[in-house]
Amino acid sequence: MNANTKKSNLIAYLINFIGILLLFLAFTGLFKSNLLGARTSYIMGICTTACYTIIMVASLNVLVGVMGEFSLGHAGFMSVGAYASAIVTNALAGSGIPAILLFIIALITGGIASGITGILVGIPALRLRGDYLAIVTVAFAEIIRVAFCNFEITGGGRTMSGITKLSNFYWCFWVTVVCITVMYMFVRSRFGRTVKAIREDYIAASASGVNVTFYKVMTFTFSAFFAGVAGAMYAHYMTAMIPTNFNFNYSAEFLTEVIIGGTGSFTGSIIGAAFLSALPEAMRQFSIYRMLAYSIVLVLVMIFRPGGIFGTYEFSLTRVLKRLVSGDLFKPGKKKALAAQAGGDIHE
Amino acid sequence: MPLYEKECERKREKERKVFLMQLALFIQSVINGLNQGAIYALIALGYTMVYGIIRMINFAHGDFIMVGAYTLFYTIPLMTSAGMPAWLSVLVAILVCVAVGITVEVVAYRPVRSQGSMTALITALAMSLFLENLAMVLFGANPKSVPAIFTLPTVSFLGATLQTKYLLTFGIGACMMIALQLFVKKTRMGKAMRAVPQDKEASTLMGIHVNKIITTTFAIGSGLAAVAALMYCSTYPRCTTDMGSMMGLKAFIAAVLGGIGSIPGAMVGGLVVGLVEIFVKVYIAPGWYEAITYGLLIVVLLVKPSGILGKNIGEKV
Repeated sequence: MNANTKKSNLIAYLINFIGILLLFLAFTGLFKSNLLGARTSYIMGICTTACYTIIMVASLNVLVGVMGEFSLGHAGFMSVGAYASAIVTNALAGSGIPAILLFIIALITGGIASGITGILVGIPALRLRGDYLAIVTVAFAEIIRVAFCNFEITGGGRTMSGITKLSNFYWCFWVTVVCITVMYMFVRSRFGRTVKAIREDYIAASASGVNVTFYKVMTFTFSAFFAGVAGAMYAHYMTAMIPTNFNFNYSAEFLTEVIIGGTGSFTGSIIGAAFLSALPEAMRQFSIYRMLAYSIVLVLVMIFRPGGIFGTYEFSLTRVLKRLVSGDLFKPGKKKALAAQAGGDIHE
Repeated sequence: MPLYEKECERKREKERKVFLMQLALFIQSVINGLNQGAIYALIALGYTMVYGIIRMINFAHGDFIMVGAYTLFYTIPLMTSAGMPAWLSVLVAILVCVAVGITVEVVAYRPVRSQGSMTALITALAMSLFLENLAMVLFGANPKSVPAIFTLPTVSFLGATLQTKYLLTFGIGACMMIALQLFVKKTRMGKAMRAVPQDKEASTLMGIHVNKIITTTFAIGSGLAAVAALMYCSTYPRCTTDMGSMMGLKAFIAAVLGGIGSIPGAMVGGLVVGLVEIFVKVYIAPGWYEAITYGLLIVVLLVKPSGILGKNIGEKV
């Protein structure tokens, strides 16, 4: 890598960081200025919900989009993270550890516990592919759920309550940023490219000397780790949970969001998850129609746009800025190119 | 020592009683397991037929049972008030389920059939969610209790109470399987059904209307789901909107266990799953029986993915 690209990379990182900072400041300003009045804490809650949903959907997208395999049991990993972190923070509560440190410990514990489960599930399960793998992930998630319903430490089937409330929007925002960054870098790394090669043709990949099983299990573990982090965030936001929350329908909901957003597009996952977790709150009176609407949209997406709404398109701040500086953002030619990139049905 | 002998006698008497009770419990468990297994087997037949033809896990299949159960819930009172036996409402349920099955196939599955198995899987999942949530909107989230369908006597057998309706369930399951097997092996339609999965293009050239065959398969599968709903409701007289998804999953396990694509396999797999579930519930760990069932699936898929009666087909590169 020559000095020039290094420099432009650095600038790109800086621009993106400033962009995220501006977004954060915008949210902070919105909440601190009391512009929303009495609804502030409610809206903040929704934003926190959006944070862990984004991490969940993005982590599932690593599996679906990059590895090309389905997990229908991602809520199971989330529950492992949630319970592990809750047990640890309950044990550490009152020992004088500052809240932020406790929060980070909780996230890491959740992630590691879930990651280990990911390895244990992945080694046997990833010998299968396609629809059989999907079914086996459901089976594992159900086993995890049944186990949590029976262990005394996880409440023995009753609600586990009294978890310290640690997740607030400001912390969760940055955790989400870090998680998405790591996942994005993972996908673009040498490792991620190898996994993509396996997705395209696993026989060719293994013929080229790629250890298919190793890469698959590692990707699965990676994805499970972030699901665990999201679970820890969930546990310390909700402060009470029951194993039946993490059922098949919850997993299916995440998968729906991934597919609608666009398999392989983190932009799609983030916008999809944020939108789909804010939407039901905005329309409380229609809440029973939510999953109905999801499923109809899912069928329509499958029939008319199998790659999802965003396809594999990724939003790039630097690209937008470059266009803005050169002043041709709204030139028809560019717009067409953009449309083509997005998969193309923006009409003039 | 008469006192001592009396003591012994009492002890022996007690042991005999315990033994008889355990025997009764065992027989009861076997009967319950067979009943449960017959229900699973009926559902598994639907999975196996669809998978055998288009290599797709029809996630919505479990929800067809839910549709059937709700149809029963609404039609049984009508039937009884019209003075007809309650079980006749199964005919209505079959019609409704077949209609739903064909609609799902034509509207959702057919357009995505050429797009690969993953797309088909997601569409199936979406249809399952759709049916479940539609039922939630239409019928509400509260469980409904289905009125009694059969009023058959219970028979005492070696201390175990044997419900004759369980025998009926088992009998209907076996009849369905034999009929289906004969249909697939002996009729022209059945021959076409076996030809389609082997080579779609060649079957088209031989004058087989592939789409029609697939739709027929869905219709048969959905009809079986309605019968399974009748059996389920006569054992557990309540229906909820999510009853289908979990039962569907277990029936799928049964189908995989017996060898997916094989009709006798579905029956064998269903009975094994039913027996294992009941026996774990009664003898080993009541809270863990679901985990054991899912564990069974994992073990089967890892050790012998083709199932008990399935044929092993190598993967083409």
